[in-house]
Amino acid sequence: MSLAPPYRRELRVTANEPLGAYRILRAAAPPPSPGESAPAAGQFAMIAAVERWGGGTDERPYLPRAFSIARCTEGDWLFLLEDVGPGTRRLCELGEGDALWALGPLGRPFELPQPEQHAILVGGGVGIAPLAILQDALSAPAPVLLGFRDAAHALGAELLRDAVVATDDGSVGHPGRVTELLARELDGTESPVVYACGPPAMLEAVRSLCERTGTPAQLALEAGMACGYGACYGCAVPRADGSYLRVCVDGPVVDASELAEVVEPGAYGEVPA
Amino acid sequence: MSVPFAGLELANPIINGSGTFDAIAAYTAFGEELCDPFPFAAYVSKTITLQPRAGNPPPRLFEAAGGLINSIGLPNKGLRGYLEQDLPRLRSICEAARPAGAAGAGVPLITNVMGSTATELEELAAACEEQDAIAALELNVSCPNVSTGLDIGADPEQLRAVVAAVRPATRKPLIVKLTPNTADVPACALAAQDGGADAVSLINTLRAAALDPGRGAGSGERWLGGGTGGLSGPAVRVVALAQVAAVAERVEIPVVGMGGVQCARHARELLDAGASVVAVGTESFRDPATGSRIAAQLMSVAEA
Repeated sequence: MSLAPPYRRELRVTANEPLGAYRILRAAAPPPSPGESAPAAGQFAMIAAVERWGGGTDERPYLPRAFSIARCTEGDWLFLLEDVGPGTRRLCELGEGDALWALGPLGRPFELPQPEQHAILVGGGVGIAPLAILQDALSAPAPVLLGFRDAAHALGAELLRDAVVATDDGSVGHPGRVTELLARELDGTESPVVYACGPPAMLEAVRSLCERTGTPAQLALEAGMACGYGACYGCAVPRADGSYLRVCVDGPVVDASELAEVVEPGAYGEVPA
Repeated sequence: MSVPFAGLELANPIINGSGTFDAIAAYTAFGEELCDPFPFAAYVSKTITLQPRAGNPPPRLFEAAGGLINSIGLPNKGLRGYLEQDLPRLRSICEAARPAGAAGAGVPLITNVMGSTATELEELAAACEEQDAIAALELNVSCPNVSTGLDIGADPEQLRAVVAAVRPATRKPLIVKLTPNTADVPACALAAQDGGADAVSLINTLRAAALDPGRGAGSGERWLGGGTGGLSGPAVRVVALAQVAAVAERVEIPVVGMGGVQCARHARELLDAGASVVAVGTESFRDPATGSRIAAQLMSVAEA
């Protein structure tokens, strides 16, 4: 796991291109600080535009937004964006050469599978992002199952290689839920381990299926957070024992056995209309 | 640029607001680089209560115009958990911390405590008094009195009595964190001084609420799990400036000024308004190095 330096860094945007209903924002990775290694799969960064951050609807955005580092490639960090509020909207507007604040990489990454384990990657919506860098980190090919609401969003599957797609409206791939694909995959897999990220309802379906089948699972959680490094205590998610974990420092990747249920996270305002 | 403050010597005038920087979590995220330079000339802990608290149910945050409403609910391990688990780690971080402008390492640890009665606060203060690692205490008095329901810090007479009750329990510097959610803040500051406080700090967050934007207009559903929360960030800075100036005019004891500080100019304005020390809070969420950046800018101006 890579430790970030204790300050935000200014990155330069190298590209911002549409991918179906999403955009892929690329920024030149910062030169590593002493002792820093490349971001690990599942880690995230708090990002904000250097210029015109604020001044949108309700004078927002003010706080940086937490984004998985979706891939590190050719000296760039990649982020998968979906315009759902004033912060994501401003990030979607950024163009080549624009400046981006980034604090990170932050958080607990995925633990890679043991030699005898067979990884299955399950993602939904914009939550597919950390599965791309995980796919790059795996030493053996693993099935990739991705769920989207419709065809425009399903184009996001191109972020990963060889993905099997499900759509809610049945316009592309398997008509229905990605957990139906997962149940089928689990049936034919010896020593499976599931890596999942997506909306809370999907993650809960994955968690519950893995619990029923005795399958180990690592879930990458999302929650609105102000800081990303344990200062604000805003990203609280209930654990099975009734205490709260902080998604930023106790996650974002948690073992599914830590949770009794994946609940709707408390966003700080990127509330889809 | 040594700054004397309530019996402490600070390397520069920038500290953190309680509850806005978890030094243990930051050390975990950033490693030992956090300590050089350490963002603050003194480290103020988050609020410690006698019993452990889980905190409020989520959602806990709402992004408002120019700021943030939080309803965190003071999660903490309780006094015993703090002393046994957190204090040894905070001590080693504070000993290794070299703030901007200091030749060597070491920043004072200020422990913030809250109780709903004078007896609870006395017990907290007495327990902290025995700890060498704790340099000073800050009382969070933005807590409802269990019998009256009024915030202890909102009523001058009640505040004076509580501070006077706690004062004999400790010889360490005693800072009273004032609430802005009251009619006459300078009267409360004077009451804290009369009760024996060595300093006052202000402003705490402004009470605020937000409705659930996802439910549509007219639903009336509160967004925050705790119902109401506290507003901080740039939106409150001008309120802080007025309250700090009004308090500093009335009291003899030093004042810690805070509220929406983002840069050296904002800190300078609070110092000019009469604050001895300035605390940085919400801006550290956006950049953990905000404190040391501001301190370095203040010192470079002072040298020029």
